[in-house]
Amino acid sequence: MESLHRGECAETGVSPIVRPARQRVHRLARRAWQRVFADTWQNRTVHVTDEQAAQLKPGATEASRIRNFCIIAHIDHGKSTLADRMLQITGIVSDRDMRAQYLDRMDIERERGITIKSQAVRMPWAVDGEAFALNMIDTPGHVDFTYEVSRSLAACEGAILLVDAAQGIEAQTLANLYLALGNDLEIIPVLNKIDLPAAEPDKYAGELAALIGCDPSEVFRVSGKTGAGVVELLDRIVEKVPAPSGDADGPARAMIFDSVYDPYRGVVTYVRMIDGSLRPRERVQMMSTRAVHEILEIGVSSPEPTPTGGLGVGEVGYIITGVKDVRQSKVGDTVTTQARPASVALKGYAEPKPMVFSGIYPIDGSDYPVLREALDKLKLSDASLVYEPETSVALGFGFRCGFLGLLHLEIITERLEREFGLDLIATQPSVIYEVTTDDGKVAVVTNPSEFPEGKIKSVSEPVVRATILSPKSYVGAIMELCQSRRGTMQGMDYLGEDRVEMRYTLPLGEIVFDFFDQLKSRTQGYASLDYEQTGKQEADLVKVDILLQGDRVDAFSAIVHRDKAYAYGVLMTGKLRSLIPRQQFEVPIQATIGARVIARETIRALRKDVLAKCYGGDITRKRKLLEKQKEGKKRMKMIGRVEVPQNAFIAALSSDDSGKKDKK
Amino acid sequence: MGSALPEGDVAPADGLLPASAAEGDRGRDFGVYLHVPFCRVRCGYCDFNTYTAEELRGAKRSEYAAQAATEVGFAGRVLRESGVAERPVSTVFVGGGTPTLLPVDDLALMLDAVRREWGIVHGAEVTTEANPDSVDRASIHRLADAGFTRISFGMQSAVPHVLAVLDRTHNPERVPQVVEWAREAGLDVSLDLIYGTPGESMDDWRVSVEAALACQPDHLSAYALIVEEGTRLARQIRRGEVPEPDDDLEADKYEWLDARLAAAGYGWYELSNWAKPGHESRHNLSYWTDEDWWGIGPGAHSHIGGVRWWNVKHPAAYGQRVLSGVSPAAAREILDSATRHEERVLLETRLARGIPVVDSGAPASTVSELAREGLIEAVDVGRGDARIVLTLRGRMLADLVVRRLLGD
Repeated sequence: MESLHRGECAETGVSPIVRPARQRVHRLARRAWQRVFADTWQNRTVHVTDEQAAQLKPGATEASRIRNFCIIAHIDHGKSTLADRMLQITGIVSDRDMRAQYLDRMDIERERGITIKSQAVRMPWAVDGEAFALNMIDTPGHVDFTYEVSRSLAACEGAILLVDAAQGIEAQTLANLYLALGNDLEIIPVLNKIDLPAAEPDKYAGELAALIGCDPSEVFRVSGKTGAGVVELLDRIVEKVPAPSGDADGPARAMIFDSVYDPYRGVVTYVRMIDGSLRPRERVQMMSTRAVHEILEIGVSSPEPTPTGGLGVGEVGYIITGVKDVRQSKVGDTVTTQARPASVALKGYAEPKPMVFSGIYPIDGSDYPVLREALDKLKLSDASLVYEPETSVALGFGFRCGFLGLLHLEIITERLEREFGLDLIATQPSVIYEVTTDDGKVAVVTNPSEFPEGKIKSVSEPVVRATILSPKSYVGAIMELCQSRRGTMQGMDYLGEDRVEMRYTLPLGEIVFDFFDQLKSRTQGYASLDYEQTGKQEADLVKVDILLQGDRVDAFSAIVHRDKAYAYGVLMTGKLRSLIPRQQFEVPIQATIGARVIARETIRALRKDVLAKCYGGDITRKRKLLEKQKEGKKRMKMIGRVEVPQNAFIAALSSDDSGKKDKK
Repeated sequence: MGSALPEGDVAPADGLLPASAAEGDRGRDFGVYLHVPFCRVRCGYCDFNTYTAEELRGAKRSEYAAQAATEVGFAGRVLRESGVAERPVSTVFVGGGTPTLLPVDDLALMLDAVRREWGIVHGAEVTTEANPDSVDRASIHRLADAGFTRISFGMQSAVPHVLAVLDRTHNPERVPQVVEWAREAGLDVSLDLIYGTPGESMDDWRVSVEAALACQPDHLSAYALIVEEGTRLARQIRRGEVPEPDDDLEADKYEWLDARLAAAGYGWYELSNWAKPGHESRHNLSYWTDEDWWGIGPGAHSHIGGVRWWNVKHPAAYGQRVLSGVSPAAAREILDSATRHEERVLLETRLARGIPVVDSGAPASTVSELAREGLIEAVDVGRGDARIVLTLRGRMLADLVVRRLLGD
């Protein structure tokens, strides 16, 4: 009951630490905002009555009064804004708080990237005198987190398919839509941002209708910004999304759809009750690990975490058991009670499986302990991150890390750099290869250095099914790119007049090698990509090594298709030639496959290393120059007899060609 | 004199030196450097401490000689009060800037101050730098009369397009003329050349060297052009207006020069300096062999018994300090034994006579390795008097050799 009116309570309890200037901004913004909204929804009874609220008590709400839904949207299609508007219209966040919260959250999101999210929010809503509890469940928005998305979808009965009315559907949204359809969710198609001048609602309504097989008139049109259409959308959710069905009295089965590490409270586990109920102090068991914990707190988010007397069938909320590592409370796992355990776990649980591997090294070798500590900390909040120590001749001490995909890799390295102040270099990402040698042994290779020496019988590589959505004018460019990456076209469909869905199978190893950047640059950023792993294939893959004066430089070894080996060899030897300073002797740089040299460059011998200048009596300056030279030498790594500046490795590993300018 | 001053310790206002500076003083020569911080124009490559008329901010050329003479008096007092043995001066070098922008009387006044303060030994080497443009027959004779024994002309190149890149304004044909006048006045003559100027071909370089040799100087310096940060040339290169110097071409020029000079009877005694026998610059050598010298003038560097200091850069600030009896030193450093050793290896390795193996502190294995690699002359490291002497190839890689000797 109390929880339902939190927003109103906050109305009088504005935080005194808010700065006056900021407050004024909020007030002005609120006034402007109220003008816009006055017509759209303020004449409607927004808050449920006390009597109705009693029917929505968490832990004691009939399943028929519950609606669980999620919003499927591309990253900038306005999901947060629509969600905020729902919070406000359902009255769980006040106008004043809304603005404050909205702005604050933007600040934090800017600071913390995509890690901050509201996992599930419970909102009261009344239609025709009947009260309902709407649970809005968040879904991660990216290709790397398909498994997490699938678990979020499994917690819902319905999904809002939210698409920008000026941009149309994107590949990842489409992929998630298919996931939702596969989960038998009721889909409510919605076009957002209809207030934008560039909006083309008729065009994209047609596109969406064709995709999900409905009439274009059934496509909702809203503006998260102005609030237009949101009230009707909430009504529609109650009408269309089925109530949860589960065994209210059976043994408890709760599905974990998210698990978040909080430094103060330990792991907060978000669950959807499928069967039965959970109560505070109850001892619960994770069905995958059999580990038993006590529920220290159970509650719902509305939108602040609010403890409740329990969660009943069909409800969505959180539990806190005091565990400190998200690995002890994994997404997809089933929670049951120790006293009356369920016999069968819910379907669909899978261990997170890293698909992309990269060596992560501190640029300053003395940061290695900091990196180790940082990874240990990130692991607490990211069950899919795996790593083990690795040593490289070129890069020193670091970690071989496994990621769900490229974005995951990017997020982790960015968090390591920003949150822990590290400067890092990541080696070329690699995927999982299975290499069979002539003697029939199979090696699993996630790092080129593990590639077996000697005769190779076959190599198998992971393959993905990729979906690319693009304006039709880029079809040629995309086909060219996919062909150059050993892609096979599986089909192509028009989504409306000028947009095309192209389906390819592609080796994952080709995708991790700057495919996304290439796709964006060849389509001026218009194409979007989604992919999922579908299996493996045998391919003519070889390991290319880069040798400096006969010594292998491990960080540059790569597993590539035989047809690409020469190009890779030429590229890397050329880069290194321009990046490595001349030595006292001639240094050959070779690219090899086994013992065969496929490309070669030569760094000519150094002929001049002297400051032949008169600095008069300024001996101090001469000496300081010498000391600077000596300092420079300390930053050199020895590869055999060759001195290589650390930053040459870094420049060679980075994809741009700016390295040439570093040459003395 | 490089324009950017090093960082150092605070120099005391009274200029007094620590007791360590007097140790072994009687065994060291004493020289004086006189800096003249004026130029008519600023050359694009130059980062020396010099000022055109517009840059002087109130300092006056006409007052400079008197200020320098005042510092000479200050220097005499400091050495006496610091207990450093008084020695007559063995070498004087007037450098710049463009010393000959000052009237000969001013240069004579500065030299007289030195003579009055310490005396100048008989047969001392007394040099002034000169721009071929800023001297004539009469002024050269008057320099000789004032006590100068040697003149060093900033010839740089004999090729007009090279001189243009360097912003040098003199007419190359004037060089033989001024050299002849100097000879006539009985002065030893040195010519300065610069190689590696952007756009200078191997042939250009040959032309310049031949032109210098045709003057039959007693001494030749050839410095590789170094593109110093903050100079106009550095900006031009960054903008791609002139090409970057090419190390390989510079090495070719150096090797050709050394062979050509050897054939003409000049021997190298330091890696950028060649002389007819007996005409090596003793003042130059004093810098490289740890002698004592006092540098007079803005930005000038001094060394007395392991103490190095350098004066404030701007002539205005300098004048103010000197005239109020305060040391013009900007900062100083008192070298510890490790640093002195490092400097000794750095400087003496560059000399033709080399550094004794035992004094280099380098392990015998390093020395043998360097010899094997052809960077230093073959050497019997077992012999007590064995010396490390750079080969021709080693000279162009001298910094590398020094780093190896010092254990990288």
